[in-house]
Amino acid sequence: MSAHDQHDAHDHHEAGQSHGTFGSYMIGFALSVILTAIPFWLVMTGYFANPQTTAIVIMAFAVVQIIVHMIYFLHMNTRSESGWTMMALIFTIVLVVITLSGSMWVMYHLNTNMMPQMQGMSPHDMSQMP
Amino acid sequence: MASTATVDAAFLDKDGRPLFHLAEEPHHPEGSSTMLGFWMYLMSDCLIFACLFATYAVLGGNYAAGPGPHDLFDLPLVALNTAMLLFSSITYGFAMLAMEKNRVAATQAWLAITGLFGLAFLGIELYEFAHLIHEGATPMRSGFLSAFFALVGTHGLHVTFGIVWLVTLMAQVAKKGLIPANQRRLMCLSMFWHFLDVVWIGVFTFVYLMGMLR
Repeated sequence: MSAHDQHDAHDHHEAGQSHGTFGSYMIGFALSVILTAIPFWLVMTGYFANPQTTAIVIMAFAVVQIIVHMIYFLHMNTRSESGWTMMALIFTIVLVVITLSGSMWVMYHLNTNMMPQMQGMSPHDMSQMP
Repeated sequence: MASTATVDAAFLDKDGRPLFHLAEEPHHPEGSSTMLGFWMYLMSDCLIFACLFATYAVLGGNYAAGPGPHDLFDLPLVALNTAMLLFSSITYGFAMLAMEKNRVAATQAWLAITGLFGLAFLGIELYEFAHLIHEGATPMRSGFLSAFFALVGTHGLHVTFGIVWLVTLMAQVAKKGLIPANQRRLMCLSMFWHFLDVVWIGVFTFVYLMGMLR
C-alpha cells in the first residue's frame, strides 16, 4: 500500500503536469513574436492589395500561434492527466466552432431589412451622416 | 488502474460480493485532481469568450452611423499591448522554471516582473478605453461598440483578476515558501495567465486587425 502511495505521489509530481524547459519557453516565445509581428506588418503596410487575402492569411497565423502557445506555454500533450485535458480541449473546440460558425450562419441576414440607402455605404460614409 | 480480475479487497464485502456503497472513500493525494479541475474551468471560460466572439462577429458591422474600426483603432498601440502580454507570458515561464529549482527569490522577482507587464497591459487598455469614451465611442453608441467593449472588457477583467491572484500568491510564497500547495497554485495561475494570452491572440486578430480590413 505504501509503495502504491509513493507511486501516486510520484505520478502527481512528474506525469500529472508536464513542465517546460528554458529552451522550450524560448522557442515558444520566438515563434510567438514572429507569428504576431507578421500579421501586424501585413495589415499596417497593406501588403496584399485584396483585404480578403490578408484576412485569410492573418487568421491562419492566429491559428498557428494558438497551437504554439498550447504546446510551448500551456504544455498540452496527449499524455497529461491520462489524456483527459486533451479530450476536454477537443470537446471545447467542437463547441467553440459550433458557437461561432452557427451564430454567423444564422445571423447572416441580420441587416437585410435595414434602410436601403445604407446598403453599400462604408462605415466612414455612415459616420459623416447626421 | 486496478483491473476487474484483481479488485482491491476494500471494494468487496466479507462474502466476496462487490460493494456499491463504500464505507470509506478511496484515498486521493491532496491536490491530485486540481490541475484537471482547473483545466475544466479554463475550458468553460473559453466558452464564455466564444460567445463574446460570436456576438462580436454578428454585431461587429453594426455601426449605427457611428464611428467604425478605422476611426477608432490605433494599431501601434495594440501592437505595444500585445508585446506587453507576450513578455508577461515568457516572464511567467521563467518564474515557473525558478520555482522548479526551488529558488524563492528568483520566483518572486519573475512574478513581480510578470505583474508589472500585466499592469502595463491594463494601463494601455484603460488609456485606449478612456480615449474611445472621450471621443463619444461609448458602449451605448452602437452594436459594434457594445460587442467590442464586452469582449475586450471581459478579457481586461480577467487580466485584472489574474494580477490580484498573482499578488496574493506572492504574499503566500513570501509567508510559507514554495510548499507543494503554493507550487500547485502557481501552476494554476500559470495556466490561467497563458490562457489569457491565447484569448488575446483571438482578440487582436479578429477585432483589431480584421477590423482595420473592413
